[in-house]
Amino acid sequence: MTIIATQSLTKTYGGGVTALSELTVGVEAGVIGLVGANGAGKSTFIKIMLGLTEPTSGDVRVFGLDPVTETDQVRARVGYMPENDCLPPDVSAAEFVTHLGRLSGLPKTAARERASEALRHVGLYEERYRQIGGYSTGMKQRVKLAQALVHDPDLLLLDEPTNGLDPAGRDAMLNLVHRIGNEFGISVVVCSHLLGEVERICDSLIAIEGGRLLRADRISAMTAASDILAVEVSEGTDELAAALTRLELQVTREGRLLLVPLSSEKAYDEILRAVAELDLPLHRLDQRRHRVAELFTTKETADV
Amino acid sequence: MSDAGVIHDIGYQRYEGPRLGRSAVFASIYQHGLRASFGLGRSAKAKIFPWLVAGIVLLVAVINAAVKAQANIILFDYFSFDDTMSWLVIFFVAIVAPELVSRDMRSGVLPLYFSRPLRAFDYIGAKFAALATAVFMLLGVPQLIMFLGGAFTTDDGAKGVWNEFLDLLPGWGYSLLWALLFASISLLVASITGKRAFAAGGIVAVFLMTAPVVGVLSILPSQTAQHLAGLASPMSLLTGVQSWLRGKNDLGIDIGDFGVIYGIELFCLVTAALLLLLARYRKVASL
Repeated sequence: MTIIATQSLTKTYGGGVTALSELTVGVEAGVIGLVGANGAGKSTFIKIMLGLTEPTSGDVRVFGLDPVTETDQVRARVGYMPENDCLPPDVSAAEFVTHLGRLSGLPKTAARERASEALRHVGLYEERYRQIGGYSTGMKQRVKLAQALVHDPDLLLLDEPTNGLDPAGRDAMLNLVHRIGNEFGISVVVCSHLLGEVERICDSLIAIEGGRLLRADRISAMTAASDILAVEVSEGTDELAAALTRLELQVTREGRLLLVPLSSEKAYDEILRAVAELDLPLHRLDQRRHRVAELFTTKETADV
Repeated sequence: MSDAGVIHDIGYQRYEGPRLGRSAVFASIYQHGLRASFGLGRSAKAKIFPWLVAGIVLLVAVINAAVKAQANIILFDYFSFDDTMSWLVIFFVAIVAPELVSRDMRSGVLPLYFSRPLRAFDYIGAKFAALATAVFMLLGVPQLIMFLGGAFTTDDGAKGVWNEFLDLLPGWGYSLLWALLFASISLLVASITGKRAFAAGGIVAVFLMTAPVVGVLSILPSQTAQHLAGLASPMSLLTGVQSWLRGKNDLGIDIGDFGVIYGIELFCLVTAALLLLLARYRKVASL
């Protein structure tokens, strides 16, 4: 199912700044990574989807609805977590999320129940009656996520959800996003300028640069047939390299590692057999996926 | 973070219940704002000032009612009560208006509001209605106490109560005018800055700085200048409108034949303040 579709979407701000230019993309349900450097147009794209700004030209549809004319219907089905600090310090998380639930049109009791639920899902159940001012950055990010979830949207727009978090907090947040996308049945658009971060949890990726679409595809399509086996032996690296080359495998050396692309089904077994025949002490055998980043670098040099 | 990564898994439930429209959202912001005006649902610190002001105003009303009942001396009628309490009303809006709008601006919460099905009009309309209600309650409830005092001690039975009530109604009307003007101007000033202290100072300044202008104009030799002097300040403007509507000049301002000008200015001032607020929040909402 296509949830977001744009047709040569263009946004020019006053003063001739082009934030988005001719963006045409169709997005399937799931967890979607929206990657690009700061100022690439990610936030503008989100604001257009929420009906906060109108596109200069082109067309955008969210769930088949036009955010410009059917703003309320779109917003009822979308949850938004902004990048910046947006929490008042002197209320409790429960009260704040309840209030925002009511602003999304939930009746009073439903808003209160959903607020508790949302806070429980982000892991803030015990602390929910404490004032937000006393929360850590990680907890604040969770409150921001909870308020986006409170009205049970079908799509979450998360603008840099891992901003300001330590590595453990980052992992927790990404796992949470992954869970929301896969177990809650809610599609998620995750904005980030860190590709390595979102590629782990996303089903598909949209990369934009300078307001232009770089590439949009499913992660599986991007990384297909690009697995690499990294082999490390304590001694006899050269002999192994020679043996593998004789087997018509493309061997590249990276320090003490030999990198062999798994071009066919048999390649894995052949490599193992080669190591066994030479009787070398095998140290490490590591199957690597191509990082999506590498794909973009080659793509960029080729296309852009 | 006390429990990083610990997420209790009881499964996610979809919401199937009703989703209310914009009028319910409006009502929700209104209710939230009215409660916040008196510090309800906020910390004890936020309650001190509104309740201090409300306490003083109530006390004055009780004393007034008691003196009238015991000694039959009328300290204030329903109209002069509002004028006498003007300073307290100024301080009340100076604290409450920033609480309603500057606070949201300061904490950056507006993007969360405006990414939901509400518009700048809903937001500012509900905030204005909440503050106007709060100011009206601040003046109207003491007036009600004065009425009750008068009604229970009247010597003319039901007719006396009815006469007292007929005095109360225009008094409430006058308080409503106060509420509309003070709420619109103070919200406009408060919406300029996210810093609460600056907003409060600005509001006090706008209301108090204009008072000396009235003083200067009213001692000019020209009689027209004296009649129009009240236009310069919100408080004397309201007094003037009241004189015009009641046809009496008993509150220290002589408006001559210019009553209608006072009425027009009051209307224009409230409308202009609300339109400016709306324009301001249209811009904020499309951030």
